[in-house]
Amino acid sequence: MTVVRVPPVLRSEAGGVREVEADGATVREVMEDLARRLPALGTRVYSDGELQPFVNVYVDGEDVRTRDGLDTPVGDTSTVILLPAMAGGR
Amino acid sequence: MTTYRELLQRTKSEISEVDARAAAALDGAVWIDIREADEWQEGHLPGAVHVPRGFLESRIEGVVPDKGTPVVLYCAAANRSAFAAKTLEELGYTSAHSLAGGFTDWKRNGGEIVMPRTLSPERRTRYSRHILIPEIGEEGQLKLLDSRVLLIGAGGLGSPASLYLAAAGIGRMGIVDADIVDETNLQRQVAHSLETLGTPKVDSAKRAIEALNPDVDVVTYRERLTSENVERILADGWDLIVDGADNFPTRYLVNDASVWHDIPVVHGSIYRFEGQVTVFSPHNGPCYRCLFPEPPPAELAPSCAEGGVLGVLPGIVGSLQTNEAIKLAAGIGEPLVGRLLLFDALATEFSEVRIERNPDCPVCGDHPTITEYIDYVEFCAR
Repeated sequence: MTVVRVPPVLRSEAGGVREVEADGATVREVMEDLARRLPALGTRVYSDGELQPFVNVYVDGEDVRTRDGLDTPVGDTSTVILLPAMAGGR
Repeated sequence: MTTYRELLQRTKSEISEVDARAAAALDGAVWIDIREADEWQEGHLPGAVHVPRGFLESRIEGVVPDKGTPVVLYCAAANRSAFAAKTLEELGYTSAHSLAGGFTDWKRNGGEIVMPRTLSPERRTRYSRHILIPEIGEEGQLKLLDSRVLLIGAGGLGSPASLYLAAAGIGRMGIVDADIVDETNLQRQVAHSLETLGTPKVDSAKRAIEALNPDVDVVTYRERLTSENVERILADGWDLIVDGADNFPTRYLVNDASVWHDIPVVHGSIYRFEGQVTVFSPHNGPCYRCLFPEPPPAELAPSCAEGGVLGVLPGIVGSLQTNEAIKLAAGIGEPLVGRLLLFDALATEFSEVRIERNPDCPVCGDHPTITEYIDYVEFCAR
């Protein structure tokens, strides 16, 4: 099981929790599993087989866009971070 | 009993004394002036580091961490530097040398001399805790006093940034903010106070800065940063931008301007219990658009006014930004370039992700497609 870190703005879609678990050997499989377990969260970050452009996905600290995108391998002990931009400064 | 003269002679026979030509041939050597502060102030060799003899043992490892690095020590007449070279050998330095004839011969032979800029006694007292740090010293403090930092926003992030930058002696600080101080700000915006309620934030922050440190020249811009005013504000000349804006249109505007003007941006953002910090160094690392090519939809971009924020969080994130700003201004340390630091206040956990420059970035990429300012519609309420 891979730990998926949920950003604060998406926690209401994940039942308020900071981390969820999902299964898969690649980012695509993890996203599809996430969409099955937590459809509200899943569709926010992944729809029609693509990652939403405003959410960055990191596997073990590396941006998947700089790796193999949805084909980036995910290990059992990997941490996946979902990260949309935050604007707040006040 | 050994006399001073005998001790000197013996020491000189045990160490390496080199003339100016041989010293200049030592590859990658660090030149250290071990004379007293008043001697240093009357001129020193170019590129030399000042470590008075009395502090040599305690500071040398900070100045020259690698004990294999060649070190050329000089004093006035190569006596004190002979003892200093001996000491460095005892500390394990394998290539420590005393400059024959010292500063006196160097000057007599027409060698180049630099007159150091120095701090006034008042400033030396005020910044003494900086000056004591070898990485900063008087030279670093002078760099801070020479630097010009533009703050975007005088709110949650801008408050600690403005106060700590002021305390650090940043010479010139510009503050851009159109807002007025209200009661809901005081839970976190520590540059403001009950006394400045109802006044423009830029004036309130200027007052706080000046009460802390009159060395700082504060320039206020009581306006919101837009495509209309960004060029005028940047024309005032800034070395560094500390971005504490509260909305995406300003974030993208700051980014595009910084890339076109080649000004590093210390970025910070906060929401509820979480913060993000990084440094965008144009063309050396990623820019904001490399990190976030597009803003999230409005419902995923709530402001602190809508979503709330833990009061101390901007204190922590704004202080981390200030740390980066001071390092950049003093030219020390490893800046947070290419790394996005994430802080979770609830878990008290820092994590870091790597961010890279995107060669296809529309602004800083190899073939930019955005070449003029875009005023994004304000899609997220403040």
